Amino acid sequence: MTRTIVIVGAGQAAAQAIQTLQANEFDGKIALIGDEAYVPYERPPLSKGLLAGEIELEKLFFKKPAYFAEKGIDLRLKTSVTRIERAAKRLKLDDGSTLAYDQLLLATGARVRRISIPGADLSGVHYLRGIDDVLGIRAELAPGKRLVLVGAGYIGLEVAAVANKLGTQVTVLEMMDRVMARVVAPAVSAFYDQVHRAAGVDIRLQTGVVAFEGDGRVTAVVTDKGDRVAADMVIVGIGVVPNVELAKDAGLAVDNGIVVDDCCRTSDPDIFAAGDVTNHPSALMGRNIRLESVQNAVSQGRAAALAMLGKPEPYNEVPWFWSDQYDLKLQIAGLSEPTDEAIVRGDPATRKFSVAYLRDGVFVAINTINMLKDFLPAKKLIAEKRVVDKTKLADPNVSLKEL
Amino acid sequence: MSKIIVTTQKGKTRELKGESGSSLMEILRDADMGVAAICGGVCSCATCHVYINGEWGKKLPPRSEEETDLLKELESYDPSASRLSCQIEFTEELDGLALTVAPEE
Repeated sequence: MTRTIVIVGAGQAAAQAIQTLQANEFDGKIALIGDEAYVPYERPPLSKGLLAGEIELEKLFFKKPAYFAEKGIDLRLKTSVTRIERAAKRLKLDDGSTLAYDQLLLATGARVRRISIPGADLSGVHYLRGIDDVLGIRAELAPGKRLVLVGAGYIGLEVAAVANKLGTQVTVLEMMDRVMARVVAPAVSAFYDQVHRAAGVDIRLQTGVVAFEGDGRVTAVVTDKGDRVAADMVIVGIGVVPNVELAKDAGLAVDNGIVVDDCCRTSDPDIFAAGDVTNHPSALMGRNIRLESVQNAVSQGRAAALAMLGKPEPYNEVPWFWSDQYDLKLQIAGLSEPTDEAIVRGDPATRKFSVAYLRDGVFVAINTINMLKDFLPAKKLIAEKRVVDKTKLADPNVSLKEL
Repeated sequence: MSKIIVTTQKGKTRELKGESGSSLMEILRDADMGVAAICGGVCSCATCHVYINGEWGKKLPPRSEEETDLLKELESYDPSASRLSCQIEFTEELDGLALTVAPEE
């Protein structure tokens, strides 16, 4: 009998899983269920090229919509799964139907964290996660408009850069004492802070938000300092939460994400999970972690597909990320901690430098800014947990390959 | 119809339809040719590495400094043939282009 693999969630992990299944000549049936109206698409350009109007929507799709019919994939968009019935190995869908599976891949991703303050429901208050969010934001962005961004994470700052270029007056409100505090070193935060300010972005650190004001539509943001920032629109970027409810209700092990092993297997032998939603072991960190990243979604999508095919290959990659703001290409590899020793390679004033992170002398992470040549060698040093010579490391003329 | 001749990492040769206006990476990804292309084409990751076969390399626009900086650090780098497929836009002039997908690193 033909085997059926059902994939829940139509994001990057799902797209990669399908690609890996196809590349391995999987001859069973595949069903893909997504709650958005779109076939799987790339999310990174949402806050960059798509928002700027530089990329056509169709360019974001991993496969043309016709691909799914050609390959006989049962594609169900604008559809949600309401329940997993593990004993019967079937799903209940929100259209009332049921769908049987032999193997199930949960690639349900994460959703934006909503802010719960007075005025949060006013029109003009946006979040950014999917295509529809960006189309909604883009329809309102215009030269001269006043945009307030809540949160200075890298997606927020990418939006700030795009909006600033479009002639929007941008204010960023951030609770922490520096921008991108969760992902980069203080030296890198300081650099980006200065770049945005020089471009005309008003950044206010250590500033929380207590209310949005307006009559039907937002007109101002009230900060915890008592300031009132005039706003024509607001974008809230305060993180995401993993979509674990289906797994939890089905009794799978869940702990800040669906718990999986290094081959993306959950506590049920027929159920797998991949992407932002998973809590997985990291040999590098020596503990379980949950990542919100494209690289992790793609690598786990592949690992899950291989495991479903009975050819498991443990996934143990150095996590990496990237962010494009203005003319700056930021690449991040490894996971730094606030207590790591940060060593700057090069002069930030040249807009081309790296910051390497050492933990007990071991090379654990890097941020490169327009310094592409450091990125791949650094990934290798991190994977090998290499102890490096600090003096050489601090010299940007010494290649990381020579350490 | 323009075509691209692709040799996969598994050594199979396939003929793909080349679509003007798409990058080589997009064409390879659309056909499940085993190109990860994780960063989606912004020259940030080097996971869409290919070798351009024979003389075709000379007909392509030259590598940017960014592309070279990434490529040079790959273990499978071949100075005469390596390219990031996301950085090459397919045009009618490239009809018949032959390439080999590079190993994953």
